[in-house]
Amino acid sequence: MLSIKDLQVKIGDKSILKGISLDIKPGEVHAIMGPNGSGKSTLSHVLAGKEGYTITGGSIEIEGQDLEEMAPEIRAREGLFLAFQYPVEIPGVSNIYLLKAALNAVRKHQGLTEVDALDFLALVKEKIKLLGMDEKFLYRSVNQGFSGGEKKRNEILQMAVMEPKMCIMDETDSGLDIDALQIVAAGVNSLRSEKRSFLMITHYQRLLDYIVPDVVHVLADGRIVKTGGPELALELEQKGYGWIGQVE
Amino acid sequence: MTSSTKEIEQLIGKEYDKGFVTNLEADTFLPGLNEEVIAALSAKKNEPPFMLEWRLKAYRHWLTMTPPEWAFVNFKPIDYQQISYYSAPKQSEKLKSLDEVDPELLDTYKKLGIPLEEQERLSGVAVDAVFDSVSVATTFKGKLKEVGVIFCPISEAIQEYPELVKQYLGSVVPQEDNFYAALNSAVFTDGSFVYIPKGVRCPMELSTYFRINAANTGQFERTLIIADESSHVSYLEGCTAPMRDENQLHAAVVELVILDNAQIKYSTVQNWYPGDKDGKGGIYNFVTKRADCRGVNSKVSWTQVETGSAITWKYPSCVLTGDNSVGEFYSVALTNNYQQADTGTKMIHVGKNTRSTIISKGISAGKAQNSYRGLVKVLKSAENARNYTQCDSLLVGDQCGAHTFPYIEVKQPSANVEHEATTSKISEDQLFFCQQRGLSPEDAVSLIVNGFCKEVFKELPMEFAVEAQALLGISLEGSVG
Repeated sequence: MLSIKDLQVKIGDKSILKGISLDIKPGEVHAIMGPNGSGKSTLSHVLAGKEGYTITGGSIEIEGQDLEEMAPEIRAREGLFLAFQYPVEIPGVSNIYLLKAALNAVRKHQGLTEVDALDFLALVKEKIKLLGMDEKFLYRSVNQGFSGGEKKRNEILQMAVMEPKMCIMDETDSGLDIDALQIVAAGVNSLRSEKRSFLMITHYQRLLDYIVPDVVHVLADGRIVKTGGPELALELEQKGYGWIGQVE
Repeated sequence: MTSSTKEIEQLIGKEYDKGFVTNLEADTFLPGLNEEVIAALSAKKNEPPFMLEWRLKAYRHWLTMTPPEWAFVNFKPIDYQQISYYSAPKQSEKLKSLDEVDPELLDTYKKLGIPLEEQERLSGVAVDAVFDSVSVATTFKGKLKEVGVIFCPISEAIQEYPELVKQYLGSVVPQEDNFYAALNSAVFTDGSFVYIPKGVRCPMELSTYFRINAANTGQFERTLIIADESSHVSYLEGCTAPMRDENQLHAAVVELVILDNAQIKYSTVQNWYPGDKDGKGGIYNFVTKRADCRGVNSKVSWTQVETGSAITWKYPSCVLTGDNSVGEFYSVALTNNYQQADTGTKMIHVGKNTRSTIISKGISAGKAQNSYRGLVKVLKSAENARNYTQCDSLLVGDQCGAHTFPYIEVKQPSANVEHEATTSKISEDQLFFCQQRGLSPEDAVSLIVNGFCKEVFKELPMEFAVEAQALLGISLEGSVG
């Protein structure tokens, strides 16, 4: 699904990612853990195509296609989804309007007809039920006045509607209390499938109690320093990131 | 300059697609203005003598006036002797039906997206089409006549309803009101006249499409709408003009008279040629629009979406004379490239318990300057007057400007006046978020801008709201913060 080879990224003159390789197969859930400043968010931004980063080496491919050549919206339409750490507010634009525009952008790209308002309403109501959310969500302005938990759930709703194949989740657990975390995790779990892969970027292990990954990577100073199974996350939680240095 | 800013500029630089010129034989006066020209104009229009007197009074006053200089706009002084004050498509006789209208002319309307025949049949919107100075075809007249509504070119009203015209013309915007209004009073050629009789709710939305076609003609429309006691009308005004290198002057006057318990809703979508991306050409839109809520419990609502004109100088105002009268102003003004807009409103509270609301949304892109100028005046007599003003500016890119000039004068201690203002920018994070959800940068900007304008759009009649949203998309395609 997603294949990253020796990826090197700079912001200005500063090297942030110093050669990262990852191979995520369809249906797999990978987690990347790492201390602050290790390059986690840079990786998610670069994958989604945000400006301000220079790729100085390596490659990123999604299903064999070179990602670097694609504009951010093309990546999104190809099925790459980023759940933001800090979802932005868009005053005056209702959630349902954004969701419909997003879905239709994807469908158009795939050569499908656009969904009309009625069909869309039926579809989105089903999704919102699946995620245990209130329908009122649909008619509020995108993220405006939302609590931290609501914003993160809203990201999952967008994911559910767009049905991407590669989901990147950037610190989705940050700012969530335990109840909100469980709700978000349940939403993500309901979206797991053989065809859909996840890359979860997180600082803490606790998210991984609820969304159990297949593979855990530890990122430190722009490099993946250790890869293992879910037990690696637990070990990390007990011993702290300082332990990584000793392993090296 | 970042690559994203460049991208925006490419997107914004879309050509004006209403820029075509219709080849018609026109009956046009030579440029120049003096009393003989006004007399000739009045004669052309078969006006009764009182009208010529009225025009000359305005002209003589205008000669003593100087153009206003307080607005935050810049342009070379206009030579009023270089303007032709009358231009009409040549037609031998008065038309009885649309079938007799010059097919090329009708085609022009089609390009503008208002096929008259179709409108007549399908849409239920009565259109008074003003082509340069003459109102060419007025549809739906019959149906309106049944309920006693008069909707006709003002030139016709002057001949057929001189008493109504005498009573109300200039009663809201006097001839000597301001420089451009005085000029308009002297030389106005046509416009719309509406009279809604007592107790009548106008059965359809009335609409006028203005279009400036001939080169070097100023267009001076005059619109007068009277809502008699307990009546109701919704009026739509849309404007376009073809592309021309010379700047064209448009100095219209709109007067609304609202009597006891009556309501007027006046909606405008204006997309006149704004000039090219270097600031060459474009319409000068210097307009005086004012409503007088004369009666008790009367209400007026101005809704405007302005995306065109090189320079806009326009302040649709409400004089709230009647007790408990209500004035509303909802505005979206979008400026791009070198456009300049100085627009806003005036709310004059005279009667007791009068209320006014101002919602203004200014969007600035390219190198444009967008100013909101608003006056809220509460006279001593206006006990318990209330005003709420919300004034938001959105900047697209980093070379444009947004300015707010609020004026508040309160002489009545029981009044309650609120003013809120915000300025924001489309952020890169918002744009990236939308792109990550599959939207192109231009669709993303359009989405964000439409969201910003939502409070105003919801005040527009349905079909206008759709047009307004499309217009914003065209006028602003792709911009980044």
